[in-house]
This record gives sequence, C-alpha cells and structure tokens, in this order.
Amino acid sequence: MKIAIASGKGGTGKTTVATCLAQVLAETGLRVRYLDCDVEEPNGHLFLHPEIYESKPVTVPVPEVDREKCVGCGLCAKICQYAAIACVKKKVVTFPELCHGCGGCARVCPAGAIREVGRGIGVAETGRSCKIDFAQGCLRVGEAMSPSLIRQVRDIPTGAELDIIDAPPGTSCPAITAIRGADFVLLVTEPTPFGLNDLALALDMVRELDIPRAVVVNRHEDENLSARKFCSERHVQIAAEIPDDRRVAEAYSQGLLPVIALPEYRPYFLDLWANVNKLATGTPGKEPA
Amino acid sequence: MKEIIIISGKGGTGKTSLTGAFAALAENPVLADCDVDAADLHLILKPKILETHDFSGGKQARIEPDKCTGCATCEEVCRFGAIRRIPAKDDISPPFFAVDPVACEGCGVCAWFCIPKAVQFEDALNGHWFVSETRFGCLVHAKLGVAEENSGKLVTLVRNRAKQIAKERNCPYLLVDGSPGIGCPVIASLTGADLVVIVTEPTVSGEHDLARVADLAKHFGIPVAVCVNKADINPGMADRIRVNAEARGLSFAGTVPYDKAVTAAQVAQLTIVEHDRGELGKAVRKVWERVTALADGKDTK
Repeated sequence: MKIAIASGKGGTGKTTVATCLAQVLAETGLRVRYLDCDVEEPNGHLFLHPEIYESKPVTVPVPEVDREKCVGCGLCAKICQYAAIACVKKKVVTFPELCHGCGGCARVCPAGAIREVGRGIGVAETGRSCKIDFAQGCLRVGEAMSPSLIRQVRDIPTGAELDIIDAPPGTSCPAITAIRGADFVLLVTEPTPFGLNDLALALDMVRELDIPRAVVVNRHEDENLSARKFCSERHVQIAAEIPDDRRVAEAYSQGLLPVIALPEYRPYFLDLWANVNKLATGTPGKEPA
Repeated sequence: MKEIIIISGKGGTGKTSLTGAFAALAENPVLADCDVDAADLHLILKPKILETHDFSGGKQARIEPDKCTGCATCEEVCRFGAIRRIPAKDDISPPFFAVDPVACEGCGVCAWFCIPKAVQFEDALNGHWFVSETRFGCLVHAKLGVAEENSGKLVTLVRNRAKQIAKERNCPYLLVDGSPGIGCPVIASLTGADLVVIVTEPTVSGEHDLARVADLAKHFGIPVAVCVNKADINPGMADRIRVNAEARGLSFAGTVPYDKAVTAAQVAQLTIVEHDRGELGKAVRKVWERVTALADGKDTK
C-alpha cells in the first residue's frame, strides 16, 4: 500500500505526520518505507537521521547536437514546445535548463544529428533509519524541473509493505507527480482560514486524480471547529485531530520526532493508521461538485 | 520602483501574513500574489476584482476517437505516460487511445507523429488571473486550474503585469508573495528582483530550507534579507540563524515572535499590523523598516 501525505498550504505538518506515522508503524513490526518527494526542500532526514546506503545522480535527457551532421532544417526547434532548442540562421542552439526531456527533437531530426545525453538535476538517495526504509530526492539548487526528479524517486522499487510518501506543498505539477499512483491520500491542514482555503484546493486536486482521501487536522483546538465544519460540508472524513501543543512545536524545532519526545502522541498515529485502513477499504464518500 | 519578493523555502513560516503586513505599512504599494497554486493573500486583502483574464500556459493534446486507428504510435513516443490504451470491446478490433490531461506535459510529440492526424494540439486553459483593488493598493493575483501546470509561466505573467502597474502609477514598492520551495514558480518569482526577503522559523527544517533558498537567490545574484518568524519557539536557534546568515553575507531583517494573534488576524480578515498594536505589530514594523532601508540601498550595516 502507498499512502501520500499532502497539503495545499505549506508548513501544516506533512513531514511531522509522515515521519511519526512511519515511526509508530515500524515499531509495530510493519515494514515501512518513508519516501521524501518534497525534493525542493526535503526535511524528513532531519528527523529520521537515516544512514544513506546509496546516492544516485538523477538525470533528464537533453539534446546534444552533432554540428557535422546537422543540416539546419529547424524541425527540432519547430517541435519543441519549451523553447529549449532554437535554430538561428541554420545553426542550432540548445537551452538545456528549459528542456522537459520529451525527446521530440531527437525523434524528428531527419539527419540523425541529435542524440540525448543525461543532464544531472539532483540525487536520489536510499538508506535506512532504524526499522524504517528511507528514500529521498534532493533537487540541485537552481533547477526548475522538480517533477522529473519526483517521478524517479517515487518509482524506486521497494520491499516494504507500506510506502509513506511525503509530498511537496501546493496543488500543481510537483504535488500531483508525488501523489500519482498512491492508494490513499492524507491531506494535512490546520484550522485557519489559510489552511482551509488551501485544503479546498488540495481536495479538488485529489478528487481530480480520483484517489481515496481523508483529512488530518493538525494544531486542533477544541474551541475551534472550523475544520470539522469544513470537512462535514465537503463530505470528507477526518482521520485524525492532532492537538495544538507548543511542546510539539518545540520538539520539532530541535529535530526530535514528536512521538519519541512525547510518547503520549503515539496513540494519535496508531488511530490514524486504523482509520486509514477502514477508509481505504471502503468506497470514498460521494462529494458534491 | 523597488521590487521586494517574500519567500521562505519551507512552507508555513508566515510569508503571506508578513506580506499582508508590509502591504499595510508601505505607502502606495502594488501587490502580487505569486503563490498561484495555493494563493491566500486575497483572504486578508479582500480584493475587489476589476479585471479577469484567461491564462493559457501551453498546449494540450486530445485524441479524436473516430480518427484514431489504434496504431499506438502516440503511446510509443510519449515520455510522460500520458497516453491511455482503451481496449476494444470485441477483442478483435485494435484498441484506441486517449490522452490523460493531468499527465500530459504538452510536448506535442504525439500530435507530430500521429499517422492519421487524430491528435488535436490546442491551447489549454490553465487558469485565470486578476487585477484587483484592495484597501492598500492594486493586487495582481491568479488561480491556477485544478491539477494544472505551467505555474512558472503564470507567476511571470502576474509579476510582469504588477510591475507594469507599479511603474504606471509611480508606486515606490512592488511586494511579491512567493511560493514555498526552490523550483519553477520560485525561480520565476525572484529573477531580476531588487530584494528577496526570506521568512524562516527557528526549526531544523526552517534552517535547512533557508540555506537552500538563500543559495538560489545567490545563484541569481539577488540580495537577501532574512527574517525569523516565531523566534521564541527556539530562541537559541533563532540566534544561530542570524549569526550564520550574517556570516554568509546575508542581511538580517529581524525577528517576529510566535503569537496566536497571527491566526486571529486571519480570521478577522485583517493584516497583523491592523489587528495587533502590541509587541507583534511593533516587531513587524521594525522588520519592514529594515527591509525598506535595504531595498532602497540606505542601509549601511
């Protein structure tokens, strides 16, 4: 089973939920892998302190033009939708950082003058943190194309029974790439106007992908039921409510897993897992458009 | 006109709350919300929308079922797994194919190579952008469509329009609320800006992500001012962030305390300086003074 931990708004507690869930489930004997797909700002390692066994460069295919063979026909520039290859006065110039790696230019070239070479955009790393299998991607600073890297990290083969995917924030390509193929999505929110506004956007995204889902309300306060109201209106289940607690924020700030620093938090994540299992096996509730 | 971009690396550090406060403190600013896939600034600025525009960031492939011969060329050439094979009902006829719009990157390779020319390759509608009026000044903002891409292009569009308005109206400051991360939309929001304000928090993640986003600003040659929000969650680390920032040649814009009034302000649809006249408001004002001094080149520290 693969579950993705996502959110529209950043900083709602995705990494806290993903790492704590991985920790408590690994303790129960389940073989768990934590996958950090927030490749722009991967943070899981700061809490899990994994030993990295393997670090592989991740590349995207970009064109390399053989000037001897090039006939200057300009078809490569014509097929490219990203302005990554241009043909000026029968001379071809490439802009590799704009290339999406679609391979159109190499395929269309009648002279066989274009071959594709790998351009490094970051690394994919695998390792282990006590009982948890660990994998993460790390985008090189200055690179724009995080989805290519996310795709490659997401698809690293596993022997684990459960994959927990820590997704990047937002609702566009990076988040979608991370969530794609998951069996269940947990959307982490906080009961604030910003949190709920972005939760609505994230829910629309997950609904579009047609993946069963539930919400985790982080920093829940008994006197603030705005998240409950929102979820009931949107017909989405709440799988956990994690209380607002300054001690959790302080433990987090130091890089301590809340479930280790404050063991009384373990039941929240065990219950969360039980709820996910219940919801994942049932059909998702119908949501109004 | 000085363009100031507010980003953070890590999400949820308080970018939008601070941008809103800066909007209230700046005289005659123009505002741009460049966090186009999770925009929140409008929730506290309550804009009155004056103009709505369609945004098309590229093209999208669509297969006409009655022209598809089932040759599978599209499936073979697509690198993004965006072609879905739909088996024929009778098990004898060839399958036909459809494009998964969410996975499609708009490269058009399928359309180019399709033998019966069954692939239509048309401009996609990826979202909308708006020019609005708020109580502090003009706001340019956007809404990316559900599960759409090309957020970087939309960011560039929003920024350019905001810049144009700021110049026309002779506004001294353009304040840009950016998105978390260091990827495409962030790069699109900061290239060529006068100052990047990085809002961080004193946590291991805040510190880690600050280093990466500061490197990104350096990569593009843009001066950086660091602001530590929620500083009292871990005062030791807040101090360490300041020392390390200064050692790396970054300016330090100050600290803001952790305060529940930040959420209360959101609920009241107000900026934190309108809502709080106490310590929180004071701290934010001090940060803004330092930010403007840095942006205007009046800071000698």
